[in-house]
Amino acid sequence: MSKENVLKVENITMQFGGVVAVDNVSLEVDKGEIMSLIGPNGAGKTTAFNVITGVYAPSNGAVYFKGEKIIQNHPQGKMKKLYQGENPVMYEGQQVLAPTPDKITKLGIARTFQNIRLFKSQTVFENILIAKHMRRTSNIFTATFRLNAKEEAQMRAESEELLKIMDLEDVRNELATSLPYGKQRHLEIARALATKPELLLLDEPAAGMNPQETLELTQFIGRIRDEFGLTIFMIEHHMDLVMEISDRIHVLDFGKTIAEGVPEEIRNNQRVIEAYLGGVQDE
Amino acid sequence: MSTKTKAAWNVGLIAALLGLLFILEQVMPSGSMLFTVLKKGAIYALVAVSMNLLNGFTGLFSLGQAGFMLLGAYTYAILTIPTESRASVYQYFDGGIVQFALPVPVALIAGGIVAAIFAYLIGLPVLRLKSDYLAIATLGFAEIIRAVFQWDKLGPITNGSNLLRNFPSFKSVLYPFIVSGICIALIVMLINSTYGRAFKAIRDDEIAAEAMGINLAHHKRLAFVISSFFAGVSGGLLAMYQTTIQASMFKSAMTYEILLIVVIGGIGSVTGSCISSFLFIACSEWWLRFLDNENLYIGGFHVPFLRPGFRKVVFAVVIMAMVLFYRQGIMGTKEFSIEAFSGFFKKKFGKKKVEEGGGSHE
Repeated sequence: MSKENVLKVENITMQFGGVVAVDNVSLEVDKGEIMSLIGPNGAGKTTAFNVITGVYAPSNGAVYFKGEKIIQNHPQGKMKKLYQGENPVMYEGQQVLAPTPDKITKLGIARTFQNIRLFKSQTVFENILIAKHMRRTSNIFTATFRLNAKEEAQMRAESEELLKIMDLEDVRNELATSLPYGKQRHLEIARALATKPELLLLDEPAAGMNPQETLELTQFIGRIRDEFGLTIFMIEHHMDLVMEISDRIHVLDFGKTIAEGVPEEIRNNQRVIEAYLGGVQDE
Repeated sequence: MSTKTKAAWNVGLIAALLGLLFILEQVMPSGSMLFTVLKKGAIYALVAVSMNLLNGFTGLFSLGQAGFMLLGAYTYAILTIPTESRASVYQYFDGGIVQFALPVPVALIAGGIVAAIFAYLIGLPVLRLKSDYLAIATLGFAEIIRAVFQWDKLGPITNGSNLLRNFPSFKSVLYPFIVSGICIALIVMLINSTYGRAFKAIRDDEIAAEAMGINLAHHKRLAFVISSFFAGVSGGLLAMYQTTIQASMFKSAMTYEILLIVVIGGIGSVTGSCISSFLFIACSEWWLRFLDNENLYIGGFHVPFLRPGFRKVVFAVVIMAMVLFYRQGIMGTKEFSIEAFSGFFKKKFGKKKVEEGGGSHE
């Protein structure tokens, strides 16, 4: 076990009613690496992301960020009877930690969404500026009476800086939704970076992109990892992109881990090929 | 235009407006309808902007405004009735239990604070709801408050269902303008601050806002409490304007009137709310009054259909037309500014192009 792991997911099970969407998944993402989470549709990838970012409290299991436990739950209430996953009593009696997504973001985990979620009525610049709100020190009175002018100026300066780095400066005053699709993806990543994360979760960043755009995105993700000293954990379907930039790949199928390893191993893994090609699964 | 010249323009405009009002007041007879419209319009502008803060900028569809105005109005009235006239006002309740009177500004702020406290408490359960459900819950709250204030067991404080009167009121039209102006300026400053940006983010996309580290519960509560505070203050002003108040005034129809103002002005535009507030009050109190006149003749022709209440029908038609054909209202989400205004005229009359471009946003 590397002591450098940024994210550690431990025995996470997410059950909705009688459906087990994520089943006893454990994984670790090391500092500075790009880890991909792949799997066929409905494998539970986005659900896993939603558990890590606090959108759902898991039915069972724990999540650690930089060695610190940030999320933990065990089957309780109605779920206690319904629970079909593994280790039902492993976390019982321990403290329940279920922070809301904003708290997770404050810790340093930022994310993007599968279907782009920009602030539609805001300009590109404002979209980024909003992400700076989180690190404010002003309260509602000091902000209203502009006693936070220094902080406000710094927020704006940092946002400008980020626009420059992300090549969005020329469109800074355009409405976010008026940008072409590829740029919107860029902006979403830029906005996530504006929260100054250490871990960036990308949910299908290349969805709906053509090969050219995908290629650019591949380089882009590598670049921001180096420039911002990030650890990246992403869900992706474009295998070219995944194979090219991932340090390691984690594969889910029907909520369960079926493989983990470097791209070369995954490419030749029989179970992964079966899962993707819909091979007959015995047992 | 630099920010400095813009600020100078705004200050100049406000001074000119106040000056104009002052002169009008000296020149025109005080009974003129114009003053009714200006006074009531200023008060409704404040409550419309406060509702816009919630509905237009934070995306919380709340219909509790009349309830919060009632709280503000009652707090103001109860705290300011002079001790010597309490015996006559609270004649059925032995002069009531409140036996002191506060200065007017303090009582106005107290009205806001009482509304804000209620908003905080109501907000705890209610703000978990979304869209229509939130609207129904807040509407229900406003109705309950109205019923509770008429309850005769509370008579020693609220005077039951009887009128509250004899509290200080204002004569000059400048008074509501200045108080509303200060409050609206505060709301605008809030909207343009980092908190305002967070509110707009919540309106645009709750899930993304939360993922950007904005605490939804906290910010929604803030918007709700602040909006209610200003609704409370405007309630106090309304009490001053009307000189007597009664809980039965604050019906849900009042909330709908305010909602109508917000929609006509443009959901998400402060200046739109102000403009439409004066327009609405002018129409309902003055310009469209003739529609209520049953015996209206135009050159010997008896205009049919007209009867008391007919102007409400016209309003209904107007709102339907608005929603169908002109959904963004007068201003949309834009703001009225000198820059945009002068830019508009320069474009219209073909003079040299404005270099700054339409920077009317923010």
